[in-house]
Amino acid sequence: MAKVDADLPLKGGFSFDLCRRNEMLVKKGATLPGFRKTGTTIVGLVFQDGVVLGADTRATEGPIVADKNCEKIHYMAPNIYCCGAGTAADTEAVTDMVSSQLQLHRYATGRESRVVTALTLLKSHLFSYQGYVSAALVLGGVDVTGPHLHTVYPHGSTDTLPFATMGSGSLAAMAVFESKYREGLTREEGISLVAEAICSGIFNDLGSGSNVDVCVITKGKTEYLRNHLLPNPRTYVSSKGYSFVKGHTEVLSTKIIPLTQKEKVEVAAEGDAMEE
Amino acid sequence: MSRRGDWVYENNGGTCVAIAGADYCVVAADTRLSTGYSIYTRDYSKICKLADKCVLASSGFQGDIKALQKNLSARHLIYQHQHNKQMSCPAMAQLLSNTLYYKRFFPYYAFNVLGGLDNEGKGCVFTYDAVGSYERVGYSSQGSGSTLIMPVLDNQLKSPSPLLLPAKDSVTPLSEMEAVDLVKDVFASATERDIYTGDKLEIVIINASGIQHEFMELRKD
Repeated sequence: MAKVDADLPLKGGFSFDLCRRNEMLVKKGATLPGFRKTGTTIVGLVFQDGVVLGADTRATEGPIVADKNCEKIHYMAPNIYCCGAGTAADTEAVTDMVSSQLQLHRYATGRESRVVTALTLLKSHLFSYQGYVSAALVLGGVDVTGPHLHTVYPHGSTDTLPFATMGSGSLAAMAVFESKYREGLTREEGISLVAEAICSGIFNDLGSGSNVDVCVITKGKTEYLRNHLLPNPRTYVSSKGYSFVKGHTEVLSTKIIPLTQKEKVEVAAEGDAMEE
Repeated sequence: MSRRGDWVYENNGGTCVAIAGADYCVVAADTRLSTGYSIYTRDYSKICKLADKCVLASSGFQGDIKALQKNLSARHLIYQHQHNKQMSCPAMAQLLSNTLYYKRFFPYYAFNVLGGLDNEGKGCVFTYDAVGSYERVGYSSQGSGSTLIMPVLDNQLKSPSPLLLPAKDSVTPLSEMEAVDLVKDVFASATERDIYTGDKLEIVIINASGIQHEFMELRKD
C-alpha cells in the first residue's frame, strides 16, 4: 500500500522548510523567480440599492505592462464579487478558493451566501499565511442582511466601509471619493463616481491603466459591466504597415532531414474489444 | 533592510529615439516626467538644441541632464567665441563623450542620443552610455522603452556596423516622411507596454532648411 504522504502541514499556513535552502541558493548566486503584481486601482462604494465595485485592467511586471485588459473583479457568489490588488496569482487563487467554499456552503445550508461568510473565510486564510499571500481585496455584495462593503488586507485585517479603495492607485481614487461621495447615491451616480475614481487612478498612477470595469450588485440582480469605459485607444497606427518577405531575416544555414521510410502496417484480425 | 541615505539619483523615466537619413535627422522623445509610480508633469521636453545642426535627447535623471545641457551649451558658446563658427555634430559628439567621462567616478545619470547633420550635410546619430562610451550609428534608442523599440528599428532599418570594411553608409534609405511615420508608430507601441512612456511625443527634424518641431498625442494612462 502506498504511504499517505502529507505534502502540506495539516494545520494550514506555510511550511518554511525550504527557506534555509533558498537563502543558501541566493548566496551562491541563484535568482529567485519573480512574480507579477497587478499595480492596481480598485474601488467599491455603497449606494441606495446596493454596492458598486470598480477596477482598472492593467497588470504589470515591474515597468512593463504584462496584460492590457485583465479582469480584476472576481466572482465569489451570484450576489458577491471581489476586486483584487497585489500579486495576481494570490488574488486569483484566494478568490477562487473561497468562491468554491461558498458554493459548498450554499449546498449545505440551502441559503444564499452572506458577505460576512466570504469575509471570514478570506481573512482567516490570509492571517494563517502571515501576510505572505499578497492579496489586498475589496469585497462587496448584497445579502438578506443588506448591502455590505469590506476591505481585506494581506495580513488578514478587515474594515467595513461605505466607500473603499485599494492598490497603488488607491490615493488617486480616494481623493475623488472623499470629495464627491455622499450617502444615498442613485445607481447612475454610483456608477459614474466609481468610473471617475478609477479613471483618476488610471491617469495619475503609472501602475494602473487601460480600461474601467464596473460591477453593480443589488438585491436579486448583479450586473458585471466589463470594459464599461475604454478611455485609452491606441493613438497612432502606421498606414504603411509592415511586411516580412522571405529573405527579410538572414538564413545562415539550412539542413533538411528526410522523414524515415513510411511502412504499411497491416491491422491484425479483430482481437478483443478494449475494456471500458 | 538597507536604509542608506546616500542614493542621490532618481530615474525620471522616458524614452528617446534618433534616426539618421541621407540628408535629414529625426530626433524624438516622449514628454512624460515621472518618479516611482507618480507623474511630475506630462509636458516636459527631453530634447535640447546644442548647435544649429545638433540636437541632444536624454533620458534618466533630469536633474543631472539639466546640468549636463547647461555645461555643453556653455562650452559651445566659448567655442563660438574662439573659432567664429558653430560646432559641427561630430565635434559636439566628442565633447559630450569627454564631459561624461570627466565625471567617471560620480556619473551623470543620463542616457543620451545625439542627432544632427555632419559636415557633409548627411544625417548622423551618436549613442552614449552613462560614462561617455559612444559610437556613430544609423539609429538608436535610449531610456525605459528602448528595449521595446530597438528590436523594431533593427528589423526595419538594419544599419550596417561601422566596423565593416569597406565602410558602408550608416544612414537609412527611408525618406523623411517614412522615418517620421516609423517613429510615431514605434512610440505608440512602446507606450502600450512601458508605464514610463506616454502623454505626448516631441519630434525634431533637422535638415538643410533648419530645425522643425512636431508633436503627437500618446496614451495618458
